[in-house]
Amino acid sequence: MKYGLPLVAVIGLILIAWLGSMIPGMQYFFGVAVPYLAVMVFLGGFVYRVVQWGKSPVPFSIQTTCGQAKSLDFVKHNRLESPHTTSEVVARMALEILTFRSLFRNTKSELHDGPKITYESSKWLWLFALVFHYSFLVIVIRHMRLFLNPVPDFIVWLDWADSMFEIGTPALYLTDAGLLIGLIYLFTRRFTNRQVRYISLSSDYFPLLLLIAIGVTGVLMRMFLRAGIDIAAIKQLGVGLVTFSPTITTDIGSIFYIHLFLVCALLVYFPFSKLMHLGGVFLSPTRNMKNDTRQVRHINPWNPDIKVHAYSAYEDEFREFMVDAGIPVEKEPEPEEEAPAEAPA
Amino acid sequence: MAVAKLEQLSQSVVQDPSMATGAVPAMDWMDIPVTFKPGNYAYPAKKDKVEYLDSQKGLHFPNAREWSPEDDDWKLPENWKEIIIDGLGERLEKFRSLKIFMDCCVRCGACADKCHFYLGTGDPKNMPVLRAELLRSVYRNDFTLAGKILGKMAGGREMTVGVLKEWFMYSYQCTECRRCSVFCPYGIDTAEVTMMLRELLHLVGIGINWILEPVSNSNRTGNHMGLQPHTFKDNVDFLAEDVENLTGIKIEPTFNRKGAEILFITPSADVFAEPGLYTAMGYLILFEHIGIDYTWSTYASEGGNFGLFTNNEAMKKLNAKMYAEAERLGVKFIIGGECGHMWRVLHQYMDTMNGPADFLELPRSPLTGTIFENAASTKMVHISEFTADLIKHGKLNLDKSRNSHVKATYHDSCNPARAMGLMDEPRYILDHVVDWVEMPENTIREQTFCCGSGTGLNTDEIMELRMRSGLPRANAVKYVEDKHGVNMLSCVCAIDRATLTSLMDYWNPNVGVCGITELVGNAIVLEGETRGELDEGLRTMVF
Repeated sequence: MKYGLPLVAVIGLILIAWLGSMIPGMQYFFGVAVPYLAVMVFLGGFVYRVVQWGKSPVPFSIQTTCGQAKSLDFVKHNRLESPHTTSEVVARMALEILTFRSLFRNTKSELHDGPKITYESSKWLWLFALVFHYSFLVIVIRHMRLFLNPVPDFIVWLDWADSMFEIGTPALYLTDAGLLIGLIYLFTRRFTNRQVRYISLSSDYFPLLLLIAIGVTGVLMRMFLRAGIDIAAIKQLGVGLVTFSPTITTDIGSIFYIHLFLVCALLVYFPFSKLMHLGGVFLSPTRNMKNDTRQVRHINPWNPDIKVHAYSAYEDEFREFMVDAGIPVEKEPEPEEEAPAEAPA
Repeated sequence: MAVAKLEQLSQSVVQDPSMATGAVPAMDWMDIPVTFKPGNYAYPAKKDKVEYLDSQKGLHFPNAREWSPEDDDWKLPENWKEIIIDGLGERLEKFRSLKIFMDCCVRCGACADKCHFYLGTGDPKNMPVLRAELLRSVYRNDFTLAGKILGKMAGGREMTVGVLKEWFMYSYQCTECRRCSVFCPYGIDTAEVTMMLRELLHLVGIGINWILEPVSNSNRTGNHMGLQPHTFKDNVDFLAEDVENLTGIKIEPTFNRKGAEILFITPSADVFAEPGLYTAMGYLILFEHIGIDYTWSTYASEGGNFGLFTNNEAMKKLNAKMYAEAERLGVKFIIGGECGHMWRVLHQYMDTMNGPADFLELPRSPLTGTIFENAASTKMVHISEFTADLIKHGKLNLDKSRNSHVKATYHDSCNPARAMGLMDEPRYILDHVVDWVEMPENTIREQTFCCGSGTGLNTDEIMELRMRSGLPRANAVKYVEDKHGVNMLSCVCAIDRATLTSLMDYWNPNVGVCGITELVGNAIVLEGETRGELDEGLRTMVF
């Protein structure tokens, strides 16, 4: 069920776009209205979520130190794993965000008779996650050529580099392959790794399936279903969208509308889902804080006013014991009063 | 609760069907209820302890009562659900960490097999990701748009008594050791999640005695053992006598002495129970050897902070004693003894909660002149930092051969390693006082495995659980025991000294447990000493 529903949902989205875009007059709905709406929801939602996070303070400095702290002169400080300055934090974050540093540490543990537990390096998740994310990034940047006129040089260059091996006609983009290979690995792993499968939710399968559908429709459009794919018309629409004067002059094949609609679905879904890890990774307090908390005081804006159990109350309770034991006291005990004599009968 | 025999447990861990051994539960985790039975839960807090704490200014521990986790009815307040949901909402507003950690998990599963509780029990709900999902599912249901609209499809579920019971079970099968947070690509820290779960549970009167009684003792008597001032002093004096018997040197520690240069605070367990006692003797010898002007305090006689295991308010209230006492006595700075979670509080919370300590001075070693810049604001120096500096400057007269009966390895205590970055100072000290080897690399430094009984879980009624969760640590010790003949597991944590002792007795009975300062104290050549051959160092019985 957890993957069934997402699969149905993605097929449903495809059908909506396929059938819908064939209805005369609906091209503007799928080509203009939906993209505008999707971008608005994406931007608005993304900003809203980040602002919501930002509104909650960081009361304590809770960095996870993954290396030796800055301490005595002769103790070698691990600047990347236990950052002490802002620039060291930036470096740690860069390593985390650009190279998935923490995932690189991954190990796989196994229980053997004995008992004996072994830990071996396990870097496949790191590798395919990296392949997927970088492919996706390049693909997004490449697509900017459809919205910009003239196309900036670096995008032209990127486009060339991405297809330099000239596999097939038109040349296959390496990143298209990378995206799909990465996604298929992530999907297969989610399906076959017993631990991951057990924890997976519909909301884990859905974005994977959606992204796979986006990748497949993109590749189909470029490589196979080229009939009706008028790149000039698509570019005209793209540039029109960003200059707020969109026009659709010719019929564009349904595959284009399906691809576009799925992307819009992703944009709308993004801010309300786990995909927000894109923003959250920057804000994680265990990673983006300095390990200098004994040197520089971190301020908690809601630090509650809680009074200590006072020394005077402590001494009042234990004064006699303390005096007997020779422990100094603030206030000498009062001389014991003699018990009042019993009243004569 | 009888603990399974070693052979049984050894087989059970590897062969019993569990997530960790390859079996997958047939049912979705949300459909598997928790069942409490003797041995799988720590006893609830006693009514009078909860009442006492609730009566203290600034603390809130409501719903004191007699109850048992095995009962169907937990005697919750009528509006318990509202209290929990409101409490969660309040905490989401107060802690960005909680919001981020609720929202960002992609369930990649990198954390799954990093948890010692998961490895030892094989229970899928002990995978850090699933432990967090216990809370996250409720968060989604009540606080996110997707959850409100899609409910279970978006991974949401309603808050029920069953969920509450599940929270109790699994927030007390986590030692907040933060190992999972090292591996998480977003740095999601299960300790934050568990801390919030425990805070929420306290709001409706759910807590365990092994934590709340120490909190109440610490508040009243100054230390978690409940030692009154004269008893605390007597205990330290006994240790000084033991040192005299061993070395011929008479040490006269002082207590609550105004005008001392340094206040020394260490976990009270070290003056009370083996093998911590020997570490405390090490402190006495070390300070005598270098002749510093220091005092103990009976009022601030607890380095550890069991408040950390309950809620932020209790942690702050207990911690406040350290600065209050330092100010009252007029010391220049504070040295803290060997302890794990104590140092998490001191390093990451104390200054924020109870600072600034502007009545103290920049910590400066009276012997070497070294200024501890890294403690410039908190004004509290770790004993390992202090000792390493002394050794570096040749201020200690050490005879390493006095520890020749020891082949040590070193256990990085979770908090000093992952919440402080104190890793090489203890190693530097070890290099100078004992022959020692490292355990395998995936089990040390930032990847160190917890003793399995931290955060107030070192209570006997859950002994089998502790032996299971401690297995990854014990197993790494076994490796160096077999390979290098290691007979001593050294550490810088008082809870470790208690819990690792039980763990070693069970899994590796030929390995002892000691604090670093015990080894230092034993290696120190005191001026004028009349020490004979001590085959077992400070542990030698002298008649």
